[in-house]
Amino acid sequence: MKFLQNIFDATRPAVTTGKLKPLYPLHNALETMMFVPDHNAHSGAHVRDAIDLKRTMVTVIFALVPALIFGIFNGGYQHFKAIDELANASGWAQFFTMDNFLFGAWKIVPMIAVTYMAGLGVEIYFAGRNRHPVNEGFLVSGLLIPMTMPIDMPLWMVAISTIFAVLIGKEVFGGTGMNLLNPALTARAFAFFAYPSFMSGDKVWINTSVEAGQKVVDGFSGATALGQYATTGTTSFSAWDAFVGLIPGSIGETSTLLIVLGGIYLIATGIGSWKIMLGSTLGAISMGLLFNWAAPYMLTESQEQFMSIPFYYHLVFGSWAFATVFMATDPVSAAHTERGKWIYGFLVGFLGIMIRVFNPAYPEGMMLAILFMNVMAPLIDHYVVNANIQKRLKRAKA
Amino acid sequence: MSAEMKPKKEGLFSKKNRSLLIDPMNANNPITVQVLGICSALAITVKLKPAIVMGLSVIVVTALANVITSLMRNMIPNRIRIIVQLVVVASLVILVDQVLKAYVYDVSKQLSVFVGLIITNCIIMGRIEAFSLGNTPWKSFLDGLGNGAAYGGILIIVAFFRELLGNGTLYDYPVVEWMGLYDLGYKNNGMMLLPPMALIVVALIIWVQRAKTPSLIEKD
Repeated sequence: MKFLQNIFDATRPAVTTGKLKPLYPLHNALETMMFVPDHNAHSGAHVRDAIDLKRTMVTVIFALVPALIFGIFNGGYQHFKAIDELANASGWAQFFTMDNFLFGAWKIVPMIAVTYMAGLGVEIYFAGRNRHPVNEGFLVSGLLIPMTMPIDMPLWMVAISTIFAVLIGKEVFGGTGMNLLNPALTARAFAFFAYPSFMSGDKVWINTSVEAGQKVVDGFSGATALGQYATTGTTSFSAWDAFVGLIPGSIGETSTLLIVLGGIYLIATGIGSWKIMLGSTLGAISMGLLFNWAAPYMLTESQEQFMSIPFYYHLVFGSWAFATVFMATDPVSAAHTERGKWIYGFLVGFLGIMIRVFNPAYPEGMMLAILFMNVMAPLIDHYVVNANIQKRLKRAKA
Repeated sequence: MSAEMKPKKEGLFSKKNRSLLIDPMNANNPITVQVLGICSALAITVKLKPAIVMGLSVIVVTALANVITSLMRNMIPNRIRIIVQLVVVASLVILVDQVLKAYVYDVSKQLSVFVGLIITNCIIMGRIEAFSLGNTPWKSFLDGLGNGAAYGGILIIVAFFRELLGNGTLYDYPVVEWMGLYDLGYKNNGMMLLPPMALIVVALIIWVQRAKTPSLIEKD
């Protein structure tokens, strides 16, 4: 480690006072990533937690890793399943194979690399321009963005969506901590509306590229469970498969089990708000039950079928779990007041399931629900704070 | 104005008059600085052709409406001036609409209701209220021309990016196909065709403009 420290020390004068000043944010970011920063409070009384922004972000990345690795395996698994070339084994031995992993990694690792390059490029440019250190916020966004994309997404689209999200979603508002919308979801929403044929439908979720001698199995359909529900009212996937994640979908969203584990880790470390997660769960469940009640009154049969599925199906299919654990809990764009978090979380789940079932154009509604609630979060906070003021005023007068 | 009626006659294109024409282009742009006329900027900037036609129509209407109200400015009773202005603007808009229908029918179809809605374009009423009711016809004409052109200019910039990135064409000419980008895997950006993107493009123009003209930046 000494030689690394020497490199940083040797180059510091050049980037702090010398000609390479615009590169200072990059220097600073790399240095604080490798060494514990020596920032100290110099005067007055301060309580400083050891968990700075960088540690917070790394905690979220730890929570994401299981779902990501599962997504890599699943990318390969779905591909080889579609062309009937699965390993000759049974159960999980068929899933956790080197072939599956390598195929998935071949697709997904470049996506992650491109996201980080594009996003950090914009961040470092703005940090140099506005003379502040690079903020760590993008560490998580950069991993979240590829995890919300289908596996066949062209890399340049990922790059453009990322640049759009960082630029329009974050930097124009003043950078990390000032953004109105969740940057990762902004990237996904941009990709969704800009290139819909690559972000939805039944062609994009499973890679079906074949080499000589291979062919896609007869009767193959690449639709996700929610896509099937939206068109036919039923699905061919079992809830258990969806819970463990053996279904097609965006890279990181399929395994509800591992996402829940990540969520527990986030709650245990105090990084993610359990109020938002529980609120979203309650919202989704109550919408599901409401649908069950209303299903007999529906006009079309497929809608009636979709609405009468058990409420817990909504929690395992689609991206509800991923969105609730990793997207809705973004501390910047969520509601900040404690009571507001309940309202915000509840409405995220409630509206997400509502959009998912009611609007066939958007088979998954969690993205839109969270972006919508991101915009509403300041309003929620405003009323929660005001209600508190009114309550205390009343008490003071009485 | 009487104080300005100096013995020396002011030239047609004196410095002051020129600034009437040029100011709206940058420092006093109706769209990017005054944030007027945004609604039509969202609606008809999907393609370059309708945007150009719309820009020209608005130039004609603002310039003529400014001249006409300026000619009548000493006769209009103050209390009914808005109605008089509306009559003037509405007649001009009907004229423009008829001309468009006669000569560029397809564009007139595309613009549909938005030609009629030029009446409600805040820029026009704004210029009449703020300028032509208190200035001579020639000055009002220049002011109308300048503001209309500034509006049209922004429209064309927005439409340029939206048509190029959203449709891959420019003035219906398939530029992207001609460059061979589709063969490389390029795809048109569908979001550019949706109204929110027009707002974002206008916002980016405002950003560039303010970065170049620091005097426009508000102090917090």
